[in-house]
Amino acid sequence: MKLGVLCSGGKDSLFACWRAMQKEEVACLITIVSANPESYMFHTPNVRLAALQAEAADLPLVEVETAGEKEVELEDLERAIRIARERHGIEGVVTGAILSVYQATRVQRICHDLGLWCFNPLWHADQEEYIRSLIGEGFEVIVVGVYSAPFDERWLGRRIDAASVKELKKMAAKYRITLTGEGGEIETFVTDAPFFRKRIEVREASAAYKNYNGTYRIGSAVLVPK
Amino acid sequence: MILIVDLCWKEDSLSRYEFVSPIEEIVRRAGFPSRTRHFASVQDADLSGAAAVILCGTALMDNFFAEHLERFEWVHECTVPVLGICAGMQAIAAVFGGRIEPNAEIGMTDVDVVGPDAIFSGRERFSAYELHSFAVTPPDSFEVLAVSERCVQVIRHASVPIYGVMFHPEVRNEWVVTQFLGQNTGTDAG
Repeated sequence: MKLGVLCSGGKDSLFACWRAMQKEEVACLITIVSANPESYMFHTPNVRLAALQAEAADLPLVEVETAGEKEVELEDLERAIRIARERHGIEGVVTGAILSVYQATRVQRICHDLGLWCFNPLWHADQEEYIRSLIGEGFEVIVVGVYSAPFDERWLGRRIDAASVKELKKMAAKYRITLTGEGGEIETFVTDAPFFRKRIEVREASAAYKNYNGTYRIGSAVLVPK
Repeated sequence: MILIVDLCWKEDSLSRYEFVSPIEEIVRRAGFPSRTRHFASVQDADLSGAAAVILCGTALMDNFFAEHLERFEWVHECTVPVLGICAGMQAIAAVFGGRIEPNAEIGMTDVDVVGPDAIFSGRERFSAYELHSFAVTPPDSFEVLAVSERCVQVIRHASVPIYGVMFHPEVRNEWVVTQFLGQNTGTDAG
């Protein structure tokens, strides 16, 4: 089955892509670039670099822009999925939704209306097992946004590895945060994945942070041999 | 041991992560060992060794199971409690003579209890996650325990502990599964 993967550039969408590749054929990535940093549906920091991830994975990218207004952005998502169906013949859509009923419901409805399959391979996944798989299976992930206490500026640009997961577990036990950032506490960017032919090297980046709210903007990044 | 039956269109499918793994996790957390079989490969030995059976749901587009209802005839002779979730409820209803009918619902909806049962732990109304293209007209041998505005949400066989739920309890209503297991296996699973 040919599938299109909704890709924000973060760990969940690219890990979902990897799961999909192991069972079916991934025909393209689909990215919605939102002008609204508060978008309910679409993660925003560095989303334009999804094009570099698509190139690294040797997959075509369908990129659609949205003003990011609530509900209107869903029409833009539907437009993007229609384009993916026309250009790449997709029969289904894959998302990285873990717990968000809001996101999952809306993508399910669009797929249902278009007669497409919908897959959420991380749906209600055990968070610790998921993070362990992510690292164990060769993903390189950095934190590109923090949006909640107790995440301070040290986390911006930090790699998710065994040491940071250990710290995240301690924080999750003490504060009401999810280990995976599914509650919107952090956003991530994938610089390498098992299906990337090249990895992404960040050349320039800048961090802006205030009161447990910060972003790590990647100004320049290139593909380099693995 | 709890037998978990995967109703997806093929064994080890991409949908398994979404519709089977969360149920396996709930059963594990409730303290029960489990074994998972695809619906096309359930054997008598799987059933005879089980304390209860759970039939999982499928993707909205996946109604392959409904073309192979003969694979669920064993439910008639099943001597252990059975819980069918969404597609599982449809399969149970159909093999007992009910009808599977088009009725799509996606998202959260209110479910009203109309026939009290211990499985609800005293709840009279709750919000549940729906993801179905079809619903059921229950067979005569089943009682309706709960409904939503759109369709029948929970059924139970009149004389044996065979249940069907149309909503997906793995989303925000895990208590349905733990209550079913606790109530029907003689263990307080929460």
